[in-house]
Amino acid sequence: MTAAIAWRRRRLAAGRFARAYLAQPPGVVGAAVLLLVLLVALAAPLVVPPEHLSVVDATGGVLVPPSAEFPLGTDENGLSVLALTLTGTRISLLVGVAATVLSVVIGTVVGMVAAHFGGWLSAVLLRLTDFFLVLPSLVLAIVLSTVLERGVLTIIVAIGVTAWPSTARLVRAQTLTIEARPFIERAQVLGGGHLHVLGRHVLPAVLPLVLASTTLAVGSAIVAESTLSFLGLGDPTTVSWGGMLKSALDSGAITAGAWWYLLPPGLAIVVVVLGFTLVGRALEIVVNPTLQARR
Amino acid sequence: MSELPTTAVTADLAEPSRRGRGTAAFVLRTLGGGLVSVGLIVVLGFFLFRVLPGDPVRTMTRDRPGNPEQLARLRAEFGLDRPLPAQFVDYLADMARGDLGTSYVYSRPVTEIILGRLGPTVLLTGTALVVSVALGLWLGSRAAWRHGSVFDRVATGTALVLWSVPTFWLGLIALMVFAVGLDLFPTGGMTSPGGVDGFVPAVLDVAHHLVLPCLTMVAVVYAQYLMVMRSSLLEEMAADYLTTARAKGLREDLVRRRHAVPNALLPTITIIFLHVGLVVAGAVTVETVFSWPGLGLLTYQALAVPDIPLLQGTLITLSVAVVLMNVLADLGYRLVDPRVRAS
Repeated sequence: MTAAIAWRRRRLAAGRFARAYLAQPPGVVGAAVLLLVLLVALAAPLVVPPEHLSVVDATGGVLVPPSAEFPLGTDENGLSVLALTLTGTRISLLVGVAATVLSVVIGTVVGMVAAHFGGWLSAVLLRLTDFFLVLPSLVLAIVLSTVLERGVLTIIVAIGVTAWPSTARLVRAQTLTIEARPFIERAQVLGGGHLHVLGRHVLPAVLPLVLASTTLAVGSAIVAESTLSFLGLGDPTTVSWGGMLKSALDSGAITAGAWWYLLPPGLAIVVVVLGFTLVGRALEIVVNPTLQARR
Repeated sequence: MSELPTTAVTADLAEPSRRGRGTAAFVLRTLGGGLVSVGLIVVLGFFLFRVLPGDPVRTMTRDRPGNPEQLARLRAEFGLDRPLPAQFVDYLADMARGDLGTSYVYSRPVTEIILGRLGPTVLLTGTALVVSVALGLWLGSRAAWRHGSVFDRVATGTALVLWSVPTFWLGLIALMVFAVGLDLFPTGGMTSPGGVDGFVPAVLDVAHHLVLPCLTMVAVVYAQYLMVMRSSLLEEMAADYLTTARAKGLREDLVRRRHAVPNALLPTITIIFLHVGLVVAGAVTVETVFSWPGLGLLTYQALAVPDIPLLQGTLITLSVAVVLMNVLADLGYRLVDPRVRAS
């Protein structure tokens, strides 16, 4: 009986959320863009056969302008830029999402623990958060990916480990306001332990706001990934947009005026990041009503 | 999202009557916090390069297999055969003397190399920061004042798109269009090869080289200042003192410039300084694209080898510089904003 009531309430809440979200045109556009990008990432291996990415089997000339056979021209190895760009979608989405999940998990745990327990633990965690917030995170990520074994996992760790402080700040502030409410005291009086209070009461209340900021963070993680790959820290065996742009710079595509090699990977990054930014901002407005009035 | 430094506020609440001592305590606490951060950076610099990789010598010689004797010699040369605590003491002692080790690409002290590259980076990031702040604050305050207007939507929309653009890509495009295609600006470096005679022509030459890298950084960075200024001013706009100012017959323009903007400016300035790290990070890629001879290009060149002592040196230098900026911002904020100084 109570379960049915809970489900009904959840369905109603979901409906309200969907209506509020659909009232944000930029958010709807962003969501559509992201859906399309996700389809491209999933379909890339079907559309682009592996031999189209192999330097040995390359059929095109060096840095050939767009033609019927190569709609976006070729790179310095004679590979199709279109095929490379489509394939690069996979690594960008993977690293962007995985690094953000890692940073959000670290940030949420640190923020909740700092707010819930207080005392010296809180002081130490806050000091650490401020420290990482101030550090130039890209420089730290560069160093981390130099020191660790080169590969996709390293890039994810390097970005995730440097990007958590802003989430921690947000979660801590939110946890403090939630824990000031009477129902937390009631739960504690009834015998709820730290884990119960944090997991059952604080986390569900903090989660919507975290979700919105998470979506925004994916965009910066994707830019960070492309930057690290551009600096030559990516996995040389996987195709990525940043890696393509590095090859473009190294192979003299700029002096050759090979705009077809520069534009596709860069525009792809912009479109994906913009998609996440639009969705994130729309989510933020929906879950945080004070922003609605201010807009 | 704009958070005021809470330490400053609590310091005032604790000692409302003895303002002088409150300020002294605040200054001490801020400086202490900065020192702790610098200490953490130093420790981080040690552990990242010596503990994490397992065998630093293997990291150094990556992709270049060496024979066991060579590896042992390298290990002894860098003191890596000694126990870790002893290495840490050596490292601290060296650091206290300003010795950041020896680069094994340049075979010169890392400190010396970094000092030589500091000037160009300060010139580039400094100019870019000043232009971005001015542009961002100006556009942001106008956008907020007429929020919902076409100007607001175009300004915030443009900022949002530019914010999504990777700095290095914008640099590549600028390089191809304005340096290679239109031949308006040099393709890289800070001075023309061969040099120019006379002081004024030399300054103009550097300025000519500075335009593209600087504008690239500005294009990406100004957006966040615009957004922060806009939301900060939007929060101010409901305030009663603006109604009062209007009621006494002030022109709308003066209400904005004299009353609303100065009050919205202070929270914005803290955030500007808090984000200096982002500007520094942008310098790494911009300097790489335009071969600007600063710390960013140095970092990139050290990556390829990898030149571990040099990387460690740039990490420490850049991080300490950013921490320093933040300490100064905290102190300056307290001096400038009467609302924080005394209630």
